Amino acid sequence: MSKEMTGAEMVVQALKDQGVDTIFGYPGGAVLPIYDVLFHQEKVRHILVRHEQGAAHAAEGYARSSGKVGVLLVTSGPGATNTITGLTDALMDSIPLVCITGQVPTHLIGSDAFQECDTVGITRHCTKHNYLVKNIADLPRILHEAFYVASTGRPGPVVIDIPKDIQFARGVYTPPAGIAHKTYHPKLAADLDAIRAAVDMMAHAKRPIFYTGGGVINSGPAASTLLRELVGLTGFPITSTLMGLGSYPASGPNWLGMLGMHGTFEANNAMHDCDLMIAVGARFDDRITGRLDAFSPGSKKIHIDIDRSSINKNVKVDLPIVGDCGHVLEALVRVWRAESMQANKQPLEDWWAQINAWRSKKSLAYRASSETIKPQYAVQRLYALTKDHDAYITTEVGQHQMWAAQHYHFDAPNRWMTSGGLGTMGYGLPAAIGAQLAHPNSLVIDIAGEASILMNIQEMSTAIQYRLPVKIFILNNEYMGMVRQWQELLHGGRYSHSYSEALPDFVKLAEAFGAKGIRCRDPELLDAAIQEMIDYDGPVIFDCLVDKVENCFPMIPSGKAHNDMLLADLSDDAGLEIGSVIDEKGKMLV
Amino acid sequence: MNAPLSPPSPYSAALSSSKLEWHTLSVLVDNEPGVLARVVGLFSGRGYNIESLTVAEVAHAEHLSRITIATSGAPETIDQIHHQLERLVPVHQVTDLTTSARSLERELAMVKVRGRGENRADALQLADAFRARIIDATTESFIFELSGRPSKIDEFVDLMRPIGLVEVSRTGVAAISRGPEPI
Repeated sequence: MSKEMTGAEMVVQALKDQGVDTIFGYPGGAVLPIYDVLFHQEKVRHILVRHEQGAAHAAEGYARSSGKVGVLLVTSGPGATNTITGLTDALMDSIPLVCITGQVPTHLIGSDAFQECDTVGITRHCTKHNYLVKNIADLPRILHEAFYVASTGRPGPVVIDIPKDIQFARGVYTPPAGIAHKTYHPKLAADLDAIRAAVDMMAHAKRPIFYTGGGVINSGPAASTLLRELVGLTGFPITSTLMGLGSYPASGPNWLGMLGMHGTFEANNAMHDCDLMIAVGARFDDRITGRLDAFSPGSKKIHIDIDRSSINKNVKVDLPIVGDCGHVLEALVRVWRAESMQANKQPLEDWWAQINAWRSKKSLAYRASSETIKPQYAVQRLYALTKDHDAYITTEVGQHQMWAAQHYHFDAPNRWMTSGGLGTMGYGLPAAIGAQLAHPNSLVIDIAGEASILMNIQEMSTAIQYRLPVKIFILNNEYMGMVRQWQELLHGGRYSHSYSEALPDFVKLAEAFGAKGIRCRDPELLDAAIQEMIDYDGPVIFDCLVDKVENCFPMIPSGKAHNDMLLADLSDDAGLEIGSVIDEKGKMLV
Repeated sequence: MNAPLSPPSPYSAALSSSKLEWHTLSVLVDNEPGVLARVVGLFSGRGYNIESLTVAEVAHAEHLSRITIATSGAPETIDQIHHQLERLVPVHQVTDLTTSARSLERELAMVKVRGRGENRADALQLADAFRARIIDATTESFIFELSGRPSKIDEFVDLMRPIGLVEVSRTGVAAISRGPEPI
């Protein structure tokens, strides 16, 4: 129903009409009218973060674990600029966010007013789209359109910058109606000819592989179900990017583990040697492909992606299919069944025999220790003790993130939240807060490093304020571990500024915030300590003191191909001769 | 087997020996604030070249503007530019006029030339040959106006240089497809 109200009231009404029950924000001068409206209602719950970057990551965690749009509300100037990392993170990982920023009144724009910044100018490069509202009459349309743009097609963050005078202005609010956007029309269904061609290529493949990514998860749970069905129908092996973990269950028989720079030996070699690659909602990122001119040289490639510009961007493919993963997978399953297709049985058996030979390398193995806690062991025990819980896992960025991806196994989508594209240290704690708010009765764990966690540690206060029992499981090796590993590999072991000579006492830090602190350094006591963390009804910081110099393997060194992996040296001799594995060209890469 | 892969970034493509092509893209956009910044920002952010750019409103009631961009790059890069432009929310349509249709390209230039005596006569003669109009004259200078394909304007400017070229102002390329159909 159309109704006259103020701009601030429209914002809150639109949130309600869009089904938003939780927003993350931080008040300030330029959003006070909206905060005043929030004060008078109870439908939209506002979570007060401690830094606007935290609001953005919390909204991401909320969105990724629930499939809904994440919403944040911040003030002008520093409020807006503090969200930039989170917005960029959401853009890189295709996470639907709507970010409402206050702006100085229209008549002051351009005058370098207090807490003014060119929000739409600054965020143009890190959003899917953005708006500066100059007229109250446009506000209702823009609010609804923002949710539509953020959540459809390839999802992403959308900013709405609302000057303070527009928040006070009165106008007519219109509720959301069927959006008929002038220019934005994401293509969901694929051409049937392309589907038939894909099915035909799949039926004739001798060494096929599914390579799936975050697009399957973004498409919704139905896409994961269809993916499982298609994998079951064809019997093909499947690997996934960091972003796609959980869409096919890690316990499934066809699962090869994650691929890419720290992927498994079997996944990467299968990618290299396959004759048909079916990429589903994955974008051939450099962490996946390794050396491009040696990437899967003998394969035909099918690429399913909702974003036309992802196709042929990094790797030239033979059959592009532009469409939503769920729609395309449904069509593939339907056509495969309707035409009673059969996989190429004998070659496929031979292919699996080869894959099993690679598997027997056990590339995720590491040298066990009874003296110190190996970080891999810590994640394995965390998995063993939490897998029967209704668990959601977030991470920060670095070695611990890779160990979590390798050793924590996901059987369902939307359970794993990590900063994949941007690689944002400080992502995990606010993302865990967002996930916990979406799933109040679930076990939410941020697998963290001691360096990353300090980047948004202030959000502990948010967890305490809203009684969110998030668990922060720090693999503490006192180093920025991935930086240290690269310095060992590339820079002759000169550990330039990657050691934290002053760290807080994380147990006392937890207590200072009002949370529980647990420390463990003994492998024998680890299980009991993890259990204590799980059983505690409230937030916990778990300071897990691990081997300080463990490296993350397997690894495709920079500039190398998939079949040129470094594996962990499990013998008792000195460590790997890895000082020279990366050539001069590889050193240039990141 | 795959064809040899080109480097993914246009920055490295520009350094490599892969062949560069020139294309003219016609981009129909909603004439809203910031739309030009979106298009230009896309080019700078992803390392694409802009050889020339023109923009003006073409349908007032519908708030439509046409941006015509002459760009250069490896064929894969041109393809990427096309699809990246299509991804921008306020973009209605992107047409590669170089590949999709027979098209006409025109540019307008104003060329200031200074000289006396023989140089003056030479300038007038050449201007006549190029069908350039004189739009301003003093006893020691002319301003010529001419339109045509960018290469024609390049040629004219080159000829004027030894005679006494002072400066040039060019509009950039406007383009349209031939025949009765719209772009």
